[in-house]
Amino acid sequence: MNTFWTTFHRWGSPPSFYNFAGRALPWFGIPALLLIVHGLYAALALAPADYQQGEGFRIIYVHVPAAWLSLFVYTSMAVAGAIALIWRMKVAEVYVVEAAPAGAGFTAVALLTGMLWGKPMWGAWWVWDARLTSELILLFLYLGVVALGKALPDPRAAARACSVLAIVGVINVPIVHYSVEWWNTLHQGPTVSRFDKPAMPAAMLWPLLELSLGSMFFYGWMILQRMRGSILHREIRQSWVREIAPK
Amino acid sequence: MNEFLNMGGYALYVWPSFALYVGLLVWLAASSQRHHRAALQRARQQRGPAA
Repeated sequence: MNTFWTTFHRWGSPPSFYNFAGRALPWFGIPALLLIVHGLYAALALAPADYQQGEGFRIIYVHVPAAWLSLFVYTSMAVAGAIALIWRMKVAEVYVVEAAPAGAGFTAVALLTGMLWGKPMWGAWWVWDARLTSELILLFLYLGVVALGKALPDPRAAARACSVLAIVGVINVPIVHYSVEWWNTLHQGPTVSRFDKPAMPAAMLWPLLELSLGSMFFYGWMILQRMRGSILHREIRQSWVREIAPK
Repeated sequence: MNEFLNMGGYALYVWPSFALYVGLLVWLAASSQRHHRAALQRARQQRGPAA
C-alpha cells in the first residue's frame, strides 16, 4: 500500500510527470495515427452501407467517438478535480483546466455531426429531446470550466474552482448516457454498448471500434502534450525547468 | 469515384461531418504542440544567455 501512495505522489510531482509524459507520448501518438488513418479509410470505403440509412449512416463513425470522448473527458475531469481538491495535487489541477477545451471540442463535434445526421434521417436539424438537450448542457458545463479557468488570475484558485464545477456537473454524465433509456427520445437507443448482442454487424462495427480506440489514444497524446506545456508555464521559476530548458 | 464522393446522395451531410472531426483533431494536435513549444521557449528565455 505504501508503494502505491509513493508512486501516486511521485507521479503527482510536476517534474516526474513532465518526464513520464514525455516518454509516454509516442506510445499514444503512434497507435493513434495508425488507428485513425486506417479507421477513416475503413469507415468511408470498406464498411457496407446501411440497408435503411444508406451511405448516410457513415456519420456514426465520427459522431460516436466524439460523443464517447465528450463523456469520458468530463468524467475524468471530475475524478481529477476530486484528486486536486483532496490532495492538492498540481498535476490534477492542470488536467482539469487543460482537458476542458478538448472536451468542449468533442462535445461540439458530437452535437454538430448529430445535427448533420438528424437532418436527412429525422427531417430536422435539432429536436429538444433528452439526449440532445443533456449533451448541450454538457457543452455549457465545459464552456463554464473553460471560462472559469481564464477568469481568475491565480491559476491554482482557478483550477480549484474548475474542479468544483467539474465535480458538480458530472451528475449530467449518467443523464446523457441513460437518457435514451429513461425517456422516450427520437435519438436511437444503445447500439454498440450492448456487448451481449450488438445492434451492428461486425463489418460495420470494427471501423467504429478502431476509430473510437484511435481517438482515445489521440486524446491521451494530446492531453499529455498540453499538460507538459502548462506544467512548464506554471513552474517556470523552478530550478528543474531551468535545467531542462535547452539553450 | 463520383459515386464514392456522392455518398448515395448524402455527401452534403457525410463529408462535412468527417471534415469537422478531422479538423478538430488537427486543431487539437497543433494547439497542444504550439502550447508546449511556447512554454519551452519562455523557459529558455527565463534561463537567460548567461546560464
